[in-house]
Amino acid sequence: MSYSDKVLDHYENPRNVGGFTTDDASVGTGMVGAPACGDVMKLQIKVNDDGVIEEARFKTYGCGSAIASSSLVTEWVKGKTLDQALAIKNTEIAEELALPPVKIHCSILAEDAIKAAVLDYRNKHEVATEGYASCDPTAA
Amino acid sequence: MPKLPIYLDYSATTPVDPRVAERMIPYLTEKFGNPASRSHAFGWDAEKAVEQAREEVAGLVNCDPREIVWTSGATESDNLAIKGAAQFYKSKGKHLITVRTEHKAVLDPMRELERQGFEVTYLDPEPNGLLDLDKFTAAIRPDTILASVMHVNNEIGVIQDIDTIGELCRARGVLFHVDAAQSTGKAPIDLSRLKVDLMSFSAHKTYGPKGIGALYVQRKPRIRIEAQMHGGGHERGMRSGTLATHQIVGMGAAFRIAAEEMATENERIRMLRDRLWAGISTLDEVHLNGDMQRRVPHNLNASFNFVEGESLMMAIKDLAVSSGSACTSASLEPSYVLKALGRNDELAHSSIRFSIGRFTTEEEIDYAVQLIHKHVSKLRELSPLWDMHCAGIDLNSVQWAAH
Repeated sequence: MSYSDKVLDHYENPRNVGGFTTDDASVGTGMVGAPACGDVMKLQIKVNDDGVIEEARFKTYGCGSAIASSSLVTEWVKGKTLDQALAIKNTEIAEELALPPVKIHCSILAEDAIKAAVLDYRNKHEVATEGYASCDPTAA
Repeated sequence: MPKLPIYLDYSATTPVDPRVAERMIPYLTEKFGNPASRSHAFGWDAEKAVEQAREEVAGLVNCDPREIVWTSGATESDNLAIKGAAQFYKSKGKHLITVRTEHKAVLDPMRELERQGFEVTYLDPEPNGLLDLDKFTAAIRPDTILASVMHVNNEIGVIQDIDTIGELCRARGVLFHVDAAQSTGKAPIDLSRLKVDLMSFSAHKTYGPKGIGALYVQRKPRIRIEAQMHGGGHERGMRSGTLATHQIVGMGAAFRIAAEEMATENERIRMLRDRLWAGISTLDEVHLNGDMQRRVPHNLNASFNFVEGESLMMAIKDLAVSSGSACTSASLEPSYVLKALGRNDELAHSSIRFSIGRFTTEEEIDYAVQLIHKHVSKLRELSPLWDMHCAGIDLNSVQWAAH
């Protein structure tokens, strides 16, 4: 399978690798996927008092496309409000990285990671949300 | 620095040995006759070449050349052996036995036979990849007509005890088919001694060309099979179709070289494989898949825990290897062979098969080792599972959101 230049670039120079302290009130953590499925993404966002994501970090176990998808979303969510971040769709990620059909699930996972991280942040701040039960980040 | 990329996927296919290619070429151009043409020298020359190759193939496995039937490859040989024998002997019984770690070229014909009304027992191997002979014996029923067990596994390289399995089958009147696609030139085969009735061979795993293989069909006692390809009655009616002279010549040449050189070649390859394992096993959490003793020297299959196989292959793209991870397929199912050994999904997803061959050098192995060290470490820095492992979290205790 051949990879697009953008996937290769993110894979070889992943952006924003790392993590924040999970307990920090300004941090939302999302962990999605499962080792049995071959990919696990951990996405963390640091949100300022204005509700804007100032920084994001990730760690991913998975194929090159999964790593690239999570690296990309750390760039995309930066500077966005939580609602703007939630509006990022997997199709945009897949299009940006030119993912082939068998890799679409990587972009879906990246979208799920954003949702899980935002949910975690909102849970900490007791903001009512519509919920995202299938990706409970506290499970990790 | 060695020339890149480095080929470490000899179990997928091998290059045609230049000595083999040289012998094949005249049969494409000036010696192009049809071996079935009996009326002129073009045909006679081609027939002579085909019969010489038949002797060379028989020579590697110590059988009568008349027991060799040319096919298009091991897949066709497996189909012809399994479906051909089951259909011929169906009045004697309808039960067959095989193993879950067989190649798809054995498993899929078995599935087809199930659709036709046969019953198949799929045995689980032990965690080291080998078949428990007591479990095998227990699976034999009064109506069992055929068992199919591969000699050397394509993914993990383990060598099944076809010697004893043959004895067990023969004593109970069960036909025994062996897929030997991965073993020619790697493990000795003596069909004059083995109680094997049918054996499949491939040329391209042993430095011959693709598109040619053979099926050994034992003469004493005589084994009958129903043809799967009907036509001009070639190969004594067992496989019709004009013989591909140049391919056959190539397979013969390749098997002759294997017979002459395997003893010395395998020692050199074993040394390289052990050097590779010594180099990579110093990393934490590297697990060998399959038994190390009962294994061909060419194969090393290891799982790099907490690193996904496909991303590792991407990182070490200067090494041509294969992975048991199925991230490339839509199913997301990792290697069924590793899962049959009882390996968990993470380890199956994290596996890489290295297969070493005739043209691998020590310099290439050393380069591979340092590349693997560098990238496994790098990918683990990216891996949330590695973090959790280092923090002492048991991944099995985590409630994952499967997707």
